[in-house]
Amino acid sequence: MKSSLLNKIFDRAQGFLVPIALVALWQYLSSHAIVNPQILPTPMAVIAKWWEYLLPTEAFDADKSSYLAWMVSGEMPRDAYASLYRVVVGFLIGGILALPLGLLMGANDRVYKLFNPLIQILRPIPPIAFIPLSILWFGLGNPPAIFLIVLGAFFPMLMNTIAGVRHVDSIYIRAARSLGASQTTMFLRVMIPAATPYILTGARIGIGTAFIVVIVAEMIAVNNGLGYRILEAREFFWSDKIIAGMFTIGLLGLAIDSGMNRLNNYLLKWHRGIESK
Amino acid sequence: MISRPQIQVSKVSKIFRSEESEIVALEDINLDIQSGEFICLLGPSGCGKSTLLNAIAGFSPPTSGSITIDDKTVQNPGPDRGMVFQEYALFPWMSVEQNIAFGLEIKKLPKTQIKEKVDALLGMLNLRDFRERYPKDLSGGMRQRVAIARVLALDSPILLMDEPFGALDSLTRRNLQDELLRIWTTFKKTVIFVTHSIEESIYLADRIMVMTYRPGKIKKEVSVTMPRSRDPSSAEFNELKKELSLLVMEEQSRHNQEQIKISTAD
Repeated sequence: MKSSLLNKIFDRAQGFLVPIALVALWQYLSSHAIVNPQILPTPMAVIAKWWEYLLPTEAFDADKSSYLAWMVSGEMPRDAYASLYRVVVGFLIGGILALPLGLLMGANDRVYKLFNPLIQILRPIPPIAFIPLSILWFGLGNPPAIFLIVLGAFFPMLMNTIAGVRHVDSIYIRAARSLGASQTTMFLRVMIPAATPYILTGARIGIGTAFIVVIVAEMIAVNNGLGYRILEAREFFWSDKIIAGMFTIGLLGLAIDSGMNRLNNYLLKWHRGIESK
Repeated sequence: MISRPQIQVSKVSKIFRSEESEIVALEDINLDIQSGEFICLLGPSGCGKSTLLNAIAGFSPPTSGSITIDDKTVQNPGPDRGMVFQEYALFPWMSVEQNIAFGLEIKKLPKTQIKEKVDALLGMLNLRDFRERYPKDLSGGMRQRVAIARVLALDSPILLMDEPFGALDSLTRRNLQDELLRIWTTFKKTVIFVTHSIEESIYLADRIMVMTYRPGKIKKEVSVTMPRSRDPSSAEFNELKKELSLLVMEEQSRHNQEQIKISTAD
């Protein structure tokens, strides 16, 4: 009993060994001035900066705002919100465009042939390469940033939706036909559910891409958000803030991915692959 | 008085053409099936028995000849012929209950009637405790029960079964065979059952159609007159089994030779 508990603790602790060793090495390098602390500040300095970045800048004033609003009035919560907002809006627009087109292209050969060449030409262009054009078209601020995120989210979702519909096992189609399903029923109740594992994979890749694009877009087109903040910090040689910002980006990315993962597990509770992690 | 056969297969051939080869899967098949008969199509793999079943189901029309059901030519699959597949073909995103109800929802039956019917079928096939489960959580035997319930829900007069118990262990298999016979007697269905198991065909069928390997023809028709439930250890059963084994083995060896020919030609 006891040994199994110890095993469990050890099992959990194992995953922390490498990060702890890395932080220890980092501490050693920076505190012994082996590396210029201007370039690599100590871990403690980064944590202090991260905390400062997280906390509200002004003192709490009950007249001005609620406590909750004050709590998230720090620079980092506002940056994180700005980035997340762009990701969500861009991802939703991308999805709303990609899903119907993907379903149509997957189900109908004529639509597929009509759109496929264009998509094959546009798809290999990294969304980043659209930056000059997007600024030319939309100026600065949210519109060009969201445009880039839409592009980043659109293609993975489109490609996966097409693949999902095209890979529906013919046995389901045969079974539904023999049960008397009409075209519409077949599409809504057989093709789409059968394609959901693919569609959700597309959504997960899409939001991951959106998150990459938002950071880049913020470095160029807007003056808030996590991407903007770390670039701004570089101008002032605030390496502690750069690393603190990167850490926040990592945390936000992790949160988005685990949220998607939960949604996945919920929507695919019928799916065979789920219980075996 | 002899009534007109419910299913008439006349002069049916099916040829699969590809660029380099031509396979005659079925050749000049003639088969009359009366309403309420239990027919087994028996033969080694590649003899076209599933092709014939798929043609009757309306999934792939014959190259020539005609198939009629109640004097109407078969053109498409439809709910008058309930199809049970070896791979179950349950919709994995639907629960047991939803799978069974699916055909009824297509028919646009009122909700209360659907529920009544589904409940009755769940009871009949011992699935009541599993109604909210998804197919992935069921054993093979359970899945096939659900698939059978799904076609029974539609009250199809004809059941087409493509090696439905082929993937099951022998105990589950016997169990489901008995269940199928019970259903067949209760509802007076016409059953066309594809199998490569000689014993299964003798256990179930009124008539067994032994098919030949390429081109697929009906080699021999064997009527089974033993009363049900049949005892596989009886002398009569084994006599028939021996006779059918000889017929099937001939085709199996032709199948094997063919395979050798193909592999040495490469």
